[in-house]
Amino acid sequence: MAKKITQKTKNAMPLQDAVARAHNFEEVALGYPIDLAVLEAQRCIQCKNYPCVAGCPVEIDIPKFILQVAERDFEGAFKTLIDRNVLPAICGRVCPQEEQCEVKCTLGVKFEPVAIGRIERFVADYASLLKFTDDTPPAPPTGHKVAVVGSGPAGLTVAADLAKMGHGVTIFEALHKAGGVLVYGIPEFRLPKAIVAGEIEALKRIGVEIKTNHVIGQTFTVDELFTELGYEAVFIATGAGLPTFPKIPGINLIGVYSANEYLTRSNLMKAYLFPVSDTPTIRGRNVAVIGGGNTAMDAVRTALRLGAENAYLVYRRTRQEMPARREEVEHAEEEGVKIMMLAAPTAILADERSRVRAMRCIRMELGEPDSSGRRSPVPQQGSEFDIDVDTVVFAIGQGANPLIRNTTPDLPMNKWGNILADDATGATQKPGVFAGGDIVTGGATVISAMGAGRKAARAIDRYLTNPSADGYSPTDV
Amino acid sequence: MHRILNKDILAPDVVRFWIEGAHIARKRKPGQFVIVRTSENGERIPLTIADVDKPRGAISIIVQGVGKSTRQLNALNVGDEILDVAGPLGKATEIHPNATVCCIGGGIGTAVVYPIACGTKALHGQVVAIVGGRTKDLVILEKELRAVVDRVIVTTDDGSAGTKGLVTDALQALLDEGAVFDEVVAVGPLPMMKAVVALTKPLGIKTTVSLNPLMVDGTGMCGGCRVSVDGEQKFVCVDGPEFNGHLVDFDELGARLRAYREQEAESLRIYNERVACQAITN
Repeated sequence: MAKKITQKTKNAMPLQDAVARAHNFEEVALGYPIDLAVLEAQRCIQCKNYPCVAGCPVEIDIPKFILQVAERDFEGAFKTLIDRNVLPAICGRVCPQEEQCEVKCTLGVKFEPVAIGRIERFVADYASLLKFTDDTPPAPPTGHKVAVVGSGPAGLTVAADLAKMGHGVTIFEALHKAGGVLVYGIPEFRLPKAIVAGEIEALKRIGVEIKTNHVIGQTFTVDELFTELGYEAVFIATGAGLPTFPKIPGINLIGVYSANEYLTRSNLMKAYLFPVSDTPTIRGRNVAVIGGGNTAMDAVRTALRLGAENAYLVYRRTRQEMPARREEVEHAEEEGVKIMMLAAPTAILADERSRVRAMRCIRMELGEPDSSGRRSPVPQQGSEFDIDVDTVVFAIGQGANPLIRNTTPDLPMNKWGNILADDATGATQKPGVFAGGDIVTGGATVISAMGAGRKAARAIDRYLTNPSADGYSPTDV
Repeated sequence: MHRILNKDILAPDVVRFWIEGAHIARKRKPGQFVIVRTSENGERIPLTIADVDKPRGAISIIVQGVGKSTRQLNALNVGDEILDVAGPLGKATEIHPNATVCCIGGGIGTAVVYPIACGTKALHGQVVAIVGGRTKDLVILEKELRAVVDRVIVTTDDGSAGTKGLVTDALQALLDEGAVFDEVVAVGPLPMMKAVVALTKPLGIKTTVSLNPLMVDGTGMCGGCRVSVDGEQKFVCVDGPEFNGHLVDFDELGARLRAYREQEAESLRIYNERVACQAITN
């Protein structure tokens, strides 16, 4: 039922003014009002191949919910979404739709694709406002018990899916608040914490139990989850929780942070409210963030909001190679972030109190493509220069957290400490143990972690009824 | 939530709590710690687990009220609930059976040394404990240690209890008497640990220290607690808290501990004003 195209470009989403928002922690993107959402949904031509669905890691019936919005059946649209995606308000905000569903949109061949992510967000927010709930009755209780380690996107997805299938699910979270990277990592201005809390409350309503302050590997080992607590399967989704720092002088000076620490202080511990909140952070005047991914963007935009006069993003390649979403880079620049491309730090310099005084950098040129396919940066001898900064934040990737590795010697991992798990099922080589998200893949996206959770939930369901149904298949890794 | 079962004052501003935490008590080994948070906007405070009572499902923590968060914790009473307690965290002390160990605690550091001394005795070791403080009131756990270890030596800077002098003077005296230790464990203020290491390093006596850097999550995720040990970066929360004292860069750790001194002072000032106001209105 193809139809005539009336509008070639996406409807823009209203944003908070760039100057104002650079100094507050309120959400940047304000979301579509109803009429704009309907108008955008009406751009969808309802093509017969619906390639967008194949681009979605959790297989949302995209044409259906878009059509429902176009016809103003918002409750129906919400039910279509929630059938496949337990965290629509989060995904509508942080998924890289431009490289998943939207990149496959038929309309996008000639024009701009349908703004699927913005419509998804509208539906989720509207549903939350009108308190629509998922009223599909869960399957009758099966009596099986599953432990989920970590309450980030992978853990929440697996928990929701298994609970809907009637299994008893407990999530063990190390921190005092559930949500993983959604609460400690992604800032309020990009993903309000009330939204995350709302989606987690919805999980509790369908019977998911969440135990915070439980550090698996310490409070209980993976084996103890089986032997002492009686779980029949364990899903490990602990994230990419170990920051990396470059081996350069000055890395332990006061004012040098990992992005994890900088963001955790501000997001989870609410340091931006200090002294109303008790955890302080350094409100740098001149802040350099090293990296080119979404975490780096979150950190540098946080620096602005904490009062930085100059917030620099220092990246060793060029804009084309930046892994961050383009929208995030654009928003950062609008807010006043200064991007320094083709530069990398070689030393951090101290004042007499061991605080950061400056950062020495070296200029880079792009050489041959490396194993990632991106042109690798080559330092230019003699091109060192100093920038005056008092705070330096490294957002250069994550290692694997050692707590589970140290206490689960029979769980095979790769040389970086990532758990080896079957791509299609999340099964590991340890019977009954499944894994997914960043602890398997290294740092990736919220939605890919959710996709891993979705696949693992199906495999765990099969395992509970027939433990020899699937196994770990090493050819998949 | 974790209810406070007992509270007693060990020294001015130093409080021992027994709190509910069966799942932590059953797993904890000497040397490990918990992270505690008392309110919704509160800090995560790392505290050594001083003791456990498995039958009662309880753990004990000893808290020195220094800044706002620790004072707020110390203001809680029996029956109150502590919002968050996570643990046990960190690696357990490596205790060698039948070892002869000198356990040195300075001030609140004695709370960290005490479980290590108990653990060593449980594995049939010999333990001499040296506990020091600026003055008599600041020497803690002397009685508890006497009940467990082979010998306790008390030192105070002003001579108000035990021998006048520093813990290192007492260690030197022991070594002069011909005492031989497989290991020295020293926990206390940084200058004390540094002084102990300065004494033992030339003599080649293995010396373990327990570090208390600033920490946020306590699970390896943030890297805020990083220290240099033998030139290598270590995270105290997952690689420690105990390290070979001969290899720790104490000066760097000392500087990092001062990172938020001004904010901490501001936070404490506001807290004290509020407490004073409440005292007047009550």
